[in-house]
Amino acid sequence: MSETHVLAEGATLNSFGHDPWWIIGLKALVVFVFLLLTVLITVWAERRIIGRMQLRPGPNRAGPFGILQALFDGIKGALKEDIVPRGVDKVVFFLAPILAAAPAMVSFSVIPWGGVVSIGGHKTPLQLADLPVAVLLPLAMASIGVYGFVLAGWSSMSPYALLGGLRSSAQVISYEIAMGLSFVAVFLFSGTLSTSEIVAAQAHGTAFKVAGMTLHTPSWYAVLLLPSFIIYIFTMMGESGRIPFDLPEGEGELVAGYHTEYSSLKFMMFYLAEYVNMTTLSALCTTLFLGGYRAPWPITWFWSGANSGWWPVLWFLIKIWMFTFFFIWLRAALPRVRYDQLMKLGWKVLIPVSLGWILFVSVVRALRNEHHDVGPIMIVAAIIVVLLLIASFLWERVSASEAQPEEAEAAAEQDPMAGGFPVPPLDAPHYHGVGNGRAPNSAEATRA
Amino acid sequence: MTAADLVIVLLGVVAVGAGVLVVATRQLVHAALWLVVSFGALAGSYLVLTAEFVAWVQVLIYVGAVVVLLLFGIMLTRAPIGRSEDLDSGNRIVALVVAVATAGVLVTTLVRGFRSAYVPIKDRVGSGSSHTLGGSLFQTWVLPFEALSVLLLAALIGAIVLSRTDIGGAGPEPEEEEPEPRRRPAAPRGTVARRLGTARRRATPDDEDTIVLSRVDEEI
Amino acid sequence: MNLYVPIVVLGALALLFAVGSVIMGSFTGPKRWNRARLEAYECGIEPTPQPVGGGRFPVKYYLTAMLFIVFDIEIIFLYPWAVAFDHMGLFGLVEMVLFIVTVLIAYAYVWRRGGLEWD
Repeated sequence: MSETHVLAEGATLNSFGHDPWWIIGLKALVVFVFLLLTVLITVWAERRIIGRMQLRPGPNRAGPFGILQALFDGIKGALKEDIVPRGVDKVVFFLAPILAAAPAMVSFSVIPWGGVVSIGGHKTPLQLADLPVAVLLPLAMASIGVYGFVLAGWSSMSPYALLGGLRSSAQVISYEIAMGLSFVAVFLFSGTLSTSEIVAAQAHGTAFKVAGMTLHTPSWYAVLLLPSFIIYIFTMMGESGRIPFDLPEGEGELVAGYHTEYSSLKFMMFYLAEYVNMTTLSALCTTLFLGGYRAPWPITWFWSGANSGWWPVLWFLIKIWMFTFFFIWLRAALPRVRYDQLMKLGWKVLIPVSLGWILFVSVVRALRNEHHDVGPIMIVAAIIVVLLLIASFLWERVSASEAQPEEAEAAAEQDPMAGGFPVPPLDAPHYHGVGNGRAPNSAEATRA
Repeated sequence: MTAADLVIVLLGVVAVGAGVLVVATRQLVHAALWLVVSFGALAGSYLVLTAEFVAWVQVLIYVGAVVVLLLFGIMLTRAPIGRSEDLDSGNRIVALVVAVATAGVLVTTLVRGFRSAYVPIKDRVGSGSSHTLGGSLFQTWVLPFEALSVLLLAALIGAIVLSRTDIGGAGPEPEEEEPEPRRRPAAPRGTVARRLGTARRRATPDDEDTIVLSRVDEEI
Repeated sequence: MNLYVPIVVLGALALLFAVGSVIMGSFTGPKRWNRARLEAYECGIEPTPQPVGGGRFPVKYYLTAMLFIVFDIEIIFLYPWAVAFDHMGLFGLVEMVLFIVTVLIAYAYVWRRGGLEWD
């Protein structure tokens, strides 16, 4: 019994750095293989689930339920011609897919999978690595991943790719700010940047007694810091560059964005990076907001051993898969937003809201640390928030009704050098068949 | 010489070597990439010196933001693939002398100032964490921290004034740009404009689409 | 430093995989030379020639990157502050409120000047 109790203990920063080399190698290999397998399964699951949501079967030929589809797609990709277009910067062209894929995988090293277990007689935490500043690692890797986009776009020597690369990187860096800000409240409550300790900090909620039984409220930061969680969900979509925020690869506009010119396994690397990023973002969200590998509270309520031994891996995987399903669901349900809407959401909504939320949380926490009563502040803050929401809603209404006639005017008089760039008139004569020497008669006929 | 000494010397060599390549390379974007290598090596040095938080900040701010800004800047103006012949300055020799002299002064000052100031790394483990850093930053170094916010304010206002030509009034008019030799009218930037541009091109009397496609057929 | 060994191991694995795949891709596929295939892809039309001296892009992107640096620096200061918050009392709170408000002034200026508009 005491043994299970010890095993139930979560890992702390002190549990790390004592592994023998073979355990390090084993863990690294497991994480690596897990990521590759997850990509294969996610690609398959995405196509099947979206198929179901669109009332069609989805891929069902390769293997049972078509589960080998993604694997065969990969093999097929490898057997395609590796096209290096004329005039590209070869070194950078080869470097870009590597820069996209490798950092994405490294991010996963600080994600905790479970508490301390015993492998081959060694007590070791189920986590590849932890640092006193662990959460900075995924952020840093994301910012290195940006180079993959910029350089792919630049080196391809194609206007579509260049524009896609710039768009992509501008999007990622914009949403990285809101993402970074959404973490602040978590650090404020956990008092650490180490992922294993953040999970440990979410272990115990406040206990209260109902009818003689002790109940624990969920201690997840997703509940406690709900606005941070919601902001993170938005930035997660923006960072991963998937629908509804998949502007960089809006087919109708940019062919395939920054990887237009890539083929064969180089393209596969970008594809892989997207799905690995999706998994990492889900895992990070699980760790920071959903209590990490710890079992959800109704389970711990009747099963005390749920957090011991290898069980946490199950909870962890379930939570990650929930997010992955959420990603896929959104892709099936939502249309793509416009680029200006995307930037407006990132810069004008998410950033001010998260800054305001940080100020509010820190004021409340400071007063609680000083043993003040925070009740009145909560009420005042709630009133302010409601007022702000009403004001912004009214503002939007007013400015929208003002803007409409202006837009109509702007459309009427075309500026041939709008914003300093030559833009063809939106209503050019040849759209009506005038001036291309082919259909002037029909145009005149309509005019007559 | 311990392993840490060896690693820091190697990282220093990488940082300086990459720095030399930044100024030596003839390709503009490659120079920015060598700068990334140099910053990365610097981050590694911080890590060896147990300044963990600073190391990751180096990666986040310098590698992740400053060089991206540089790359954007390069791409906004001109980002030619291949060598740019006008990257060399006639003042090469003078620049070299100035650089070596500056480096000499800095190195001498540092070596003379901190020659005997050894701190064993073993005792410093954990001192670079965010917690200790936060403690000293927000208690000992409050004034520089607040001054920094004013600096950021100035930087943002400067960026706006520089980039918004419509408020300064001094910005170059688009017409004044020297005409660039092109085979065809420039592709309009912006997605809608681009699509319209394509549409217009298709509508020109000699239909180029068919020509291109027939040429592809021949080659296949 | 022991803490970083596993990260380096995973990084090496990932790098090996990525480099290996990119190199392998140029051997496994067929090679059939075709002039049109090596052109930049533009839906079949003849590719737009890259203007000599490079094209020009909206300065918005530059401004976004600049804004990103400023806010990134702010975030970097928020992290150690958040971690050490409980030990600093109200003083720490006041400091950070001053800092955030100063940056918010800059933010409001940028917003007012249309620096956040994308059209």
